[in-house]
Amino acid sequence: MRVLVAVKRVIDYNVKVRVKVDQSDVDLINVKMALNPFCEIAVEEAVRLKEAGAADEVIVVTVGDKNSDEQLRTALALGADRAIRVDTEARLDSLSIAKLLAKVVEKETPDLMILGKQAIDSDNNQTGQMLAALLNRPQGTFASELKVLGEKLHVTREIDGGLQTLELSLPAIITTDLRLNEPRYAALPNIMKAKRKPLDLLTPEELGVEISNKLNLLKVEPPQERSAGIKVGSVEELVDKLRNEAKVI
Amino acid sequence: MTILVIAEHDNKALKPATLNALKAAEEIQGEIALLVVGFNCQAVAETAAKIPVLNKVLLVDQDVYEHQLAENVSQLIVSLCQSGGYSHVMSAATTTGKNLLPRVAALLDVNQISDIISVESEDTFKRPIYAGNAIATVQSMDRVKVITVRGTAFDPVTSEGGDAEITTLTKSITSDMSAFVKEELASSERPELTAASVVVSGGRGMGNGENFDLLYTVADKLGAAVGASRAAVDAGFVPNDMQVGQTGKMVAPELYIAVGISGAIQHLAGMKDSKIIVAINKDEDAPIFQVADYGLVADLFDAVPELEAKL
Repeated sequence: MRVLVAVKRVIDYNVKVRVKVDQSDVDLINVKMALNPFCEIAVEEAVRLKEAGAADEVIVVTVGDKNSDEQLRTALALGADRAIRVDTEARLDSLSIAKLLAKVVEKETPDLMILGKQAIDSDNNQTGQMLAALLNRPQGTFASELKVLGEKLHVTREIDGGLQTLELSLPAIITTDLRLNEPRYAALPNIMKAKRKPLDLLTPEELGVEISNKLNLLKVEPPQERSAGIKVGSVEELVDKLRNEAKVI
Repeated sequence: MTILVIAEHDNKALKPATLNALKAAEEIQGEIALLVVGFNCQAVAETAAKIPVLNKVLLVDQDVYEHQLAENVSQLIVSLCQSGGYSHVMSAATTTGKNLLPRVAALLDVNQISDIISVESEDTFKRPIYAGNAIATVQSMDRVKVITVRGTAFDPVTSEGGDAEITTLTKSITSDMSAFVKEELASSERPELTAASVVVSGGRGMGNGENFDLLYTVADKLGAAVGASRAAVDAGFVPNDMQVGQTGKMVAPELYIAVGISGAIQHLAGMKDSKIIVAINKDEDAPIFQVADYGLVADLFDAVPELEAKL
């Protein structure tokens, strides 16, 4: 089985986000970037499938400029076999990303595609579902457990109120939730080895995809700050405030 | 404007999140149709028909839709869009909506506007990005706007007093690529986390899963739901469906009591729209106090039992 994992370069999740003064976007200059945490879980799952003998090749793909090579190398260091970057500096909407990924899938014919459920920058939670639609293949979103059973896949999904298990025919698209696995740290020898693994470039033109951005970003502002209230001295005072001042109990 | 809203339901009852999504639809202004798709879900359509803001209810009651799988339901919605000429397709940003609507959007060759928190105009919306640390105003140039709605940002519409016509459609699309196997839903007498008016949440400071019993006793007195921070989930204290935050559930109750929660950015993103926030933490420098209306610096193992006794 061949597994394709799509990943995204995003701001490091520990970094405090700042909005630009002109409100055009958030400020990403000189900010630490990283592999999106949900994508890291996706890479880990694919590598585990390979280690368990269920997969024989793990391909990692991203859409972005040269800087994204850093995240592809991270994925290679975690255990992916080779990488593909669709080279573009344009800011693309999710549908264009999904169309590019669909073309890469047509070329590489993976049996399983794993994506993070959302990127922690745009928080859209949509590319995996869109890719599944474009390929007319089944989807298992927000996965917390995967089991490959021959030509079928059992995926347990985190849904509101509990868990749901679906049976999907391969090829299928999976998006990862937090509890699917705990990604490993890349060991130094693997980081060195990753530098020699193949990283191929493709362009949107080569893939025959007309890229676009149909969502205009008009403005980005900081959220309304909530101001701190008061400190109470005792449980008794707290209960009194909640009863008589806030009137919420 | 003609707006199609997808009802959130479990074939038995209409989920309250639908009413919040309908509020956003009402703000866009136009004719609103509500789609109830499922199996043996006639009662849901009848309940929905009483919602005054609706112009009509579309009922598609077929066994193939029993589990509302994205693969065939998305195709059904696309066919309704082709015949109905809808300008907007909307749903609540629940796990059902998030699973389904991007698939609909891609089939319509349009983008999705995820998790909106305000309607600026028929094509312009505000939505949180970077875990709510920035708010983006986005304008969609697509011919159909596919939108998921963050429930906590919109008040529910009135659910009684209307009399919308129910139209039953019989289009049946099978799903042969995906099949339902099983569902394990947490059964609880307590209200659902996202719908509760009071939420009591515990963090890493709870120490272990058993100590969450302290919170359950308080919650029972207040009729509250119990939530948790990601730290508590990651530590294995409680299941992930209790997680409040960027990667979990968004809540905005009347009263939110954070116990032993330090207040990581990603947790605040999920609860800072609550009306009143109470924080109980022994670390007086914990960031949670910066958003709390009432802060109590105390050991939770003393304060929580005392709170329970005084309620």
